[in-house]
Amino acid sequence: MSFDKAISGYVLIKEGRVMYNDVVLFQLPDAAPAIFFNELYNALHINYPKFFKMDNLCKTVFLATEVLLKDRSLTGKYKAEETGIVFSNANSSIDADVRYYQSSMLAPSPALFVYTLPNVAIGELCIRHGIKGETACFVFDIFDSVFQAWYVDMLLDTIGTKACISGWADFCDEKFEAFFYLLEAETDNKLSIKHNSENIDKLYNHVWTS
Amino acid sequence: MKRVFLASDNIVSPLGFTTADNYMAVKEGKTGIALHDNSFLSGDPFYASMLDRLPAFEGDAGYTRFERMCIVSIQNALSGASVMLSDKDTIFILSTTKGNISLLTDKPVTPEMRSCLALHSTAKKIGAYFNSANRPLVISNACISGVLAVLLAERLLKAGNYKHAVITGADELSHFILSGFQSLHAVSGKPCKPFDKKRDGITLGEGAATMILTIDEVLAEGSKKIVIGDGASTNDANHISGPSRTGAELGCAVSETLKQNHLRPEEISFISAHGTATVYNDEMESKAFELAGLTDVPLHSLKGHFGHTLGAAGVIESLITIYSLRDGTVLPSMNYDEYGVSGKVNVSRAEANSGKRYALKTASGFGGCNASIVYSSIN
Repeated sequence: MSFDKAISGYVLIKEGRVMYNDVVLFQLPDAAPAIFFNELYNALHINYPKFFKMDNLCKTVFLATEVLLKDRSLTGKYKAEETGIVFSNANSSIDADVRYYQSSMLAPSPALFVYTLPNVAIGELCIRHGIKGETACFVFDIFDSVFQAWYVDMLLDTIGTKACISGWADFCDEKFEAFFYLLEAETDNKLSIKHNSENIDKLYNHVWTS
Repeated sequence: MKRVFLASDNIVSPLGFTTADNYMAVKEGKTGIALHDNSFLSGDPFYASMLDRLPAFEGDAGYTRFERMCIVSIQNALSGASVMLSDKDTIFILSTTKGNISLLTDKPVTPEMRSCLALHSTAKKIGAYFNSANRPLVISNACISGVLAVLLAERLLKAGNYKHAVITGADELSHFILSGFQSLHAVSGKPCKPFDKKRDGITLGEGAATMILTIDEVLAEGSKKIVIGDGASTNDANHISGPSRTGAELGCAVSETLKQNHLRPEEISFISAHGTATVYNDEMESKAFELAGLTDVPLHSLKGHFGHTLGAAGVIESLITIYSLRDGTVLPSMNYDEYGVSGKVNVSRAEANSGKRYALKTASGFGGCNASIVYSSIN
């Protein structure tokens, strides 16, 4: 079975729960971010020591895409240049900014400073998943599914991108959320959702029932 | 096929408050870089390109220094074009890495402070000054933000989403940024020397620049119209704060840019490289240009004139590129003395004339990102 361009997978992390392709995969409501991140990392059986160096925004983005790509590998199916990432959020790298600023009063920390750019989260994903195509990072007050869908479509329709990770993640004031989906030019996945802003909003705005 | 033209522009930097003044200053070999002794920014004296004043405007007291830099730049650019931000067909795009970060203090971050720091609300406030009809777009993609913003505008206009775009790239020098680059040992103790054998780091700068793009050829600026070509972006997938070892990924973005614009390397007048003057960045770029077959094309970095202005760099340097293209001039690479990269490139030593119509602008940054775009002049 083969489909045209479609969303072939998605992940939603909010309010301490993780949904992967319509199924609740993991939950630890009310846990502090550090505990939630470590428990999810363990539950996913990942071995990636760099994770522990990352700032909170990168951890959020990293774990979300670990879930998104847990059953597939982009490198096996696509050339590195054919894969891309479009990422947006509301508070840029504010959590890392405040932490770096505090360090800068006494001894500025280079390890914190390198995380004071939101697109560094994209860089972490590119390293982890071998992505070398177009990437871009935008800042919006709220998740803008219309712009996001337009931009990702444009990459697939005109630039030669064949698979794009598209998403939104924010970490601010110890609160975090992430929503990522994979758009593929052709997919034979069981999950195949037409790529438009209505469908993206429907997935992103999911309300937990229990 | 729609074409995207430059309608108007501005640069606000220590070298001047218009693009023409900045271009003349660059052509005369001037630099905004000077030694500063400012204990708010750094315990030790440092070289940087810093604005010591900004033109006043009505109501400027209600805006931060960063916002004033942007507003002054946009106001000057708009005065030279019949494009308005209050028009539903005009989109405002802000390119910045850190926006109002200089407001951060050691006090706890209140919701009001967070709102001032949020780049989307900063962009909204600047847009509101000009009665922007549309919600602004914000690109914050490290040092390629400016080039990516131009690329985004070109694509939005070609797709027919808008007819005009006002792109502003800006960043302000702050204790935050300076101490950060100092902590990475990335700041040179002298004015930066891009591509030179003795280069040992960046010099930071600040500024704002605006490009107004349009699909309406009647609005195109100058006797020699400028067409914004296609471009490309890639990621190194190698390191978050160090460039690719091979330059293959920037090389790929450049090759893709040439391909999309149907250009051969010999048709390119010059390359306005990123050229930060760190050992590894310039080395990576030299390999990338060689891989893309641009060994003979004259190349320069403008960082010796403006310092590294981060989110503004791509826009400032695109405009100097465009003005020199129009002028038929290939600019020398300031502070360059001795060959010091392993890739074969042709670093410009002296000003030269060129009748070629195309120029290439590239940028690379933290997060492993690269971007490249072509500008052309038509009579």
